[in-house]
Amino acid sequence: MTIASARPAPASRLKVRPAAEARGVLVIIALGLVGYFVFPDDLAFLTRLITIALLVISLDLVTGYCGVATLGQAAMFGVGAYAVGNACLAGLTDPVMLLFVGMAAGAAAGLASGALITRFHGLPQLVLSIALGQLVGALANKLSGWTGGSDGLSGITPSPVLGLFAFDLYSRTAYVFSLVVLALVFALLLRFMRSPFGLLCRGIRDDALRARMIGAAVYPRLVIMYGLSGAVAGIGGALAAITTGVVGLDSVSFERSAEALVMLVLGGTGTLWGALTGALVFQIFEHFVAATNPFHWMSMVGLLLIVIVVFAPRGLAHGAAVLWARLRVRGAAP
Amino acid sequence: MRTILSIAVDALAYGMVLFIISIGLSIMMGLMRVVNLAHGAFAMIGGYLASYAVRSWGLSYGFAIVLAVIGTIVIALPLERLLFRRIYRKSDALPQLLLTIGITFLVIGIVNFIFGPTLKPVPLPGVLSGPFDIGFRMLPTHRLFVIACGAITAAALWYLLERTDFGVRLRAAVDNGDMAEALGIRTELIYLATFALAVGLAAFGGIVGAELLPIEPFYALRYMVVFLVVVSVGGAGSITGALAASLLLGLADTTGKYLAPEFGEFFFYLAVIVIVFLFPHGLLGRGALR
Repeated sequence: MTIASARPAPASRLKVRPAAEARGVLVIIALGLVGYFVFPDDLAFLTRLITIALLVISLDLVTGYCGVATLGQAAMFGVGAYAVGNACLAGLTDPVMLLFVGMAAGAAAGLASGALITRFHGLPQLVLSIALGQLVGALANKLSGWTGGSDGLSGITPSPVLGLFAFDLYSRTAYVFSLVVLALVFALLLRFMRSPFGLLCRGIRDDALRARMIGAAVYPRLVIMYGLSGAVAGIGGALAAITTGVVGLDSVSFERSAEALVMLVLGGTGTLWGALTGALVFQIFEHFVAATNPFHWMSMVGLLLIVIVVFAPRGLAHGAAVLWARLRVRGAAP
Repeated sequence: MRTILSIAVDALAYGMVLFIISIGLSIMMGLMRVVNLAHGAFAMIGGYLASYAVRSWGLSYGFAIVLAVIGTIVIALPLERLLFRRIYRKSDALPQLLLTIGITFLVIGIVNFIFGPTLKPVPLPGVLSGPFDIGFRMLPTHRLFVIACGAITAAALWYLLERTDFGVRLRAAVDNGDMAEALGIRTELIYLATFALAVGLAAFGGIVGAELLPIEPFYALRYMVVFLVVVSVGGAGSITGALAASLLLGLADTTGKYLAPEFGEFFFYLAVIVIVFLFPHGLLGRGALR
């Protein structure tokens, strides 16, 4: 710390700032409150938005921070959701306990698939991630005793949160519960990704060979990150199961995985704020446009993707930051 | 015995359709190193054009195939000039995935807008629709036609790549693009020609395989993964690899669906995971995509 005080400029960047986490929590809570009071009739949609945001954030942990391209992330989301559904039907109805069940199931699925997927790079990696996702999807369809097959798993009725707040018809409890979970997870991840472990993961993404040369054990770290990503996805799945009361095959589908990737890249990979922005913007647009015609929506998403790859390859959050910086420079210049 | 024979014929026909569509993708990935998720979209465009040509214009089946293949190439070439060219030989797979998923979504939306959401059959001519007597058993003529198409495609491609001047240049560009360019081979033109070839094959496969992989708006999304998996299992850029992978996966899928239909695609993807785990560069790949 003596060095840090002697050279304050770089140290201030490296030093742990709990302020960033606090700011993250505050921004999410503030946004959430705006949603609560401005759209009181759309709370079910906003709750769904939060669960998907958790999936996108979990995808960012492996794709953005570790450079693992995957199209099978929904598998872990779905495993978490189905685990919670089964636990709840078996009699474990406390929502907080159910969250931990989803997290554990997702983490287990993440560790297992990570152990397989991160052994490879490029095309084999991508294809393995797809194949694992499809395998889980096919199993979910087949094991109807556990998953309800194509009918889905329904009748999930968790008890009141902390024994006080019952889940109501207007999704008020569900929304606030989800919002608190999102804020907590987000703050913890903000902290975790600045830890030496998180920084080393970025190093592995940028240059795996060099990371190995400085003595990092690349493979175990990637597997652990996959486990963490699975845990976050599992929390998302658990929230989805708790708040909607049903788990369908769509929660493990390839489309869900592909959409999550689209949202992530829309917002920008490699930052948690990017993942959150992408999930918000994409789903709000979808909510309003897809209602009119789903196929027009597909065309628009397609066009949007093409435009992003061509004009803003690092995502909306980064593009907006660059634009903002330029405007500020222009504003200050004359 | 009867089941084994019908499984064998169906598996072979299905494998050949996979081969005709995927081989173009495989060559593209071997040469341009681009993970093209939009490949199925081109097969779908071919199917729609052929269906429209036969049903609305009353053209004959063979003429419709030719017209649809050419039409698909004409539609796809501007996309190559404007979009695909940007993502050739990039080390980062993410922009490739996104751009090609974007193109797929766009094609699905537009196709549905023009042709509607219903299933579009490509009516077979009378010669191909009935059963065919091979002496001791009757087999569906269409399946045999598809198998023949696959065999002819494989042979023609082998001749094109191994025996013609274009093939020599293409293989040179695959092995070392920069060196090929330094030697005066215009790789840009090779890329363009290869793209046209790949799209044309996709359209051809989409049309002749329309009985096995029905043409509907979500075709591009439904089979996108399957084509990619075939290329990955076979090894990018290898004809024999793609043929072996198509037949193997066709067999795994068809057998699985015959004997344990309730498991769906389970066996298909289980086979994929095992093969990719054991042969990460494909059964016969050169390891071009490391």
